[in-house]
Amino acid sequence: MSNEYKLIGKDFVPPDITGKVTGKAKYAEDFRADGMVFARMYTSPMAHGKVTSINTEQAEAMEGVVGILTAEDVPEVTAPDAAILTNTPAYIGDPILAIAAETEQICEDAMATIEVEIEPLPFVTDPLDSLVDGGPNARTEGNAYARSREGSGFQTIKWSQQQVDDFRAGKEPTGDFVSEWSYGDLDNSFAEAELVIEEPFVTIGYAHMSMEPRTAMAYWQNGTCYVHGSSQSQSYFMPGLARMLGVETKDVVLISENTGGGFGSKIGAYPIAALPGYFSKKIGRPVQLRVTREQEYYMGSARVGFQGWIKMGFGADGKITASDVFIIEDIGPNATGGDASSAGGAISMVYDPSAMRFRGLPVLTNTTPRGAQRGPGQNQIAAVMAPIMDKAAKVLGIDRVEIRKINSTNNDTIVYADRRPVTSAYMDEALQQGADMFDWQNRKNQPKKKGKKVRGLGVGQGYHSAGATGFDGLVRLTPDGKLHIHSGVGNLGTYSFASTSRAAAEVLKCDWERCEIHRGNTENHLPWSSYQAGSVTIFSHTRTNYVAAMDALDKMKRIAAQTMGGEPGDYDIDGQRVFLIEDPAQGMSYGAIAARAIQLGGDYSGAVYPDDIHEITQRAVQNIAGSGLIGVAKDNLHQEGVIPGLAVAFCEIELDLETGKYDILDYVGIAECGTVIHPKGLAQQMKGGAVWGMGMAGLERHVYDPQNGLPANIGYHQCGIPTYLDVPSVTKTDAVNIADPQNPFGARGIGEPAMGCSVAALQSAISDALDGHIFGRTPISPDMVVNHVMGRDQSFLPLQTNNF
Amino acid sequence: MNPQLSRRRFIKAVIASSVAAASTSGINQAAAQGNRPRGSVERLISININGQTRRVDVAPQETLAYTLRYKLGLTGTKIGCNRGECGACTVLINGVTNYSCSTLTHSVRTRTVRTVEGLQAPDGTLHPVQQAFIDELSPQCGFCTPGQVMSAVALLEETPQPTREEARQALSGNLCRCGAYDHYLNGVMRASGQNS
Repeated sequence: MSNEYKLIGKDFVPPDITGKVTGKAKYAEDFRADGMVFARMYTSPMAHGKVTSINTEQAEAMEGVVGILTAEDVPEVTAPDAAILTNTPAYIGDPILAIAAETEQICEDAMATIEVEIEPLPFVTDPLDSLVDGGPNARTEGNAYARSREGSGFQTIKWSQQQVDDFRAGKEPTGDFVSEWSYGDLDNSFAEAELVIEEPFVTIGYAHMSMEPRTAMAYWQNGTCYVHGSSQSQSYFMPGLARMLGVETKDVVLISENTGGGFGSKIGAYPIAALPGYFSKKIGRPVQLRVTREQEYYMGSARVGFQGWIKMGFGADGKITASDVFIIEDIGPNATGGDASSAGGAISMVYDPSAMRFRGLPVLTNTTPRGAQRGPGQNQIAAVMAPIMDKAAKVLGIDRVEIRKINSTNNDTIVYADRRPVTSAYMDEALQQGADMFDWQNRKNQPKKKGKKVRGLGVGQGYHSAGATGFDGLVRLTPDGKLHIHSGVGNLGTYSFASTSRAAAEVLKCDWERCEIHRGNTENHLPWSSYQAGSVTIFSHTRTNYVAAMDALDKMKRIAAQTMGGEPGDYDIDGQRVFLIEDPAQGMSYGAIAARAIQLGGDYSGAVYPDDIHEITQRAVQNIAGSGLIGVAKDNLHQEGVIPGLAVAFCEIELDLETGKYDILDYVGIAECGTVIHPKGLAQQMKGGAVWGMGMAGLERHVYDPQNGLPANIGYHQCGIPTYLDVPSVTKTDAVNIADPQNPFGARGIGEPAMGCSVAALQSAISDALDGHIFGRTPISPDMVVNHVMGRDQSFLPLQTNNF
Repeated sequence: MNPQLSRRRFIKAVIASSVAAASTSGINQAAAQGNRPRGSVERLISININGQTRRVDVAPQETLAYTLRYKLGLTGTKIGCNRGECGACTVLINGVTNYSCSTLTHSVRTRTVRTVEGLQAPDGTLHPVQQAFIDELSPQCGFCTPGQVMSAVALLEETPQPTREEARQALSGNLCRCGAYDHYLNGVMRASGQNS
């Protein structure tokens, strides 16, 4: 595509934003249906157990109670997968039954009469407590669960007390693990190293805390289940939801116009999204289920926690020769993780060691279910790595930015265990741009200490793969001359459903005012689109909209040639017209072309469509066939190698040595995500990601009471969500803005690296303020700083989780 | 905005909400028993909302957020926590920001309530705060936005030309998990006619 874009790279007013500022935007709970009743859940008061009896007699007799749903009414699932309702709860908050009633108050009154007997089973809240010989297992089937292409399954893995003690003491783990990958000659690479650094680390898991409590409302009409849900993704959510409901995808309609945050917790269908569907089928009335804020902490989801050890080898020139990392990941009760291997991949991508080994051990706990959370794995390891890079720079006498540049990802970098190329990468340029914008050279020469306050400068790097392929695009030109862009991308607040739709308008040189986006409801005839997660949308759906628009363009020229003579290649487009290149006065308006497409039928009008498009797209095309000129295609564009989203951040903090608290004085974030598609949207992601990184670095954590398995912090402020007063009033961002060759517009995604660079920069700055001390832990709380300054032991064991 | 009054109300609301937080019923009970009028309660009451008098049947323990959303259809006011933490339910009562999830509807009978639905002019023109939030691409997911809008409106009515720091303090009772704080502050400054 040309660099002279009319829409790409320009700001615009997204169509959904007015509804957000006026309150007219509807979220799942804002919908009502005739005859609707409310559902509430009885959830497990025990961290692990077996339900032996349930007595609902009194509840069922209460006026206003409409029905009871138990595990017998929903599909049984095999452990450790999450059930909609269960008789073997594996954490406090695991749903056991639900009550439907005319009001939520009646639900609660009825709930108080329910008698449930549960036989307690052993439970555990810290992976190391399960791993040690004689420690409890979170599931009766075992304490570890490996998911792999070769086969998944439970394992029981135990380490001796000495092995656990040595691990806590920072020594290389010698106990069993379940997964491993490597490349290069690790031993030789360490032998060649001038400097070897070994560090233990722990990153505490914490809740997603989306502002909108999860809600789903469902009813059935003629065999179709209508679900008003809280979902990050739109089309991608549906196959999983249909599976959970026990129906075919064609028999589900998902309405999800707006979602109040997801951050990885609502990518695909989750069990309670299907609960109202079952309940509605059972009682014959629409059912709405809304979880409370407290329940969000019990049963919502959380970031995977890490307990690990890393060894890094550096040459005298600062080049990383080798990396050896061992990660125990807390995968909660449902074995949802995979963060650890992703963290290993991120080391390979961002620091490019000549040789590397990853070993992983996913351990089950009876805590809140874990799930992907913004940069799952990549962002935990970004926090771990930053102070280690700083330490190496200090020992080797290299500038801290320079050592990162020496190891920076570029177009020739080969990554991961299978040594894949990257589509493009400009980490060096990002670091330089950030250093210039932040004035790194001058700032690092400023005095550090002023009384009890000490300044710290930080630099951090973030990464996440940022693109996926194989999804579909669908556009439609109608006789009124409008371009309709059908998007199955979800809406969780990035506006990428709109910014990627502009790719189609760009190709067709269509005025944005004459474009309409159809989204947010299956019945709006939406194509198969990617998950709205993993930083993929910008890359993936500029491509799908490009191929759909190119298909439309081809058809428009063919229609013009058929109607006015000549060959399709004789025609071009502009000004909402298809015209003869040799005589631009001869042409047809877009409206006339669309009308002609309807007359011609066949592939022009959607009566015929490519056979490689997804069944969801096929149904969408079938439903709009004959209403205009249809452009539809699967993204089969060339793609090879890893698509990186990269970001760097610089920050300055002022740390009070007496209180352990710090203020973030300045922050600069630089995105390296190819061509900038939507400048304000990018800035917003970079700044929002920065806030997330600041939360992870110093504030956010889950704490479980190990004696009872109870979550101890079940409120926003207890969990440390960043507020206006925890973050700088102004954060500065920019982008490298160099096109990626594997996207028609040069774009890649950025949402997750935007956070990773921030948490890394903060950890780096705190370490810098404390003369290079490495806590090896997120979050770093004020008491930890004070203990360190005073030379006291910390108030928790090394690598311990659930600390206050 | 009167910060002292706001603070006092806020503390009272938090005390009331702690009762709700302790209960699992969540949805509509914010009332401490001591606040409940003695004897029979007049349930059909009039409330001045967005300049209109609305007649509504209100239970003694009902919160304003509940009444607005589920009885008057004003779903722009969001319930994020229902315990006085997040500010998504912020409305103006006599011009002062309040968490409507922690305010009893009966307590506003003699006062005026403004919600996000009451900001647009009759011809549909957006309030300057709403327009500025669009211009600065302030919202992300948008769930907290109505509350942010109301806090910004209250601030600018009391302090038409606030400093950025004053805006930061004034909006600090409104959480945003997307982390759009910077863009919201840009919006407040733009709405006040100042450079962000």
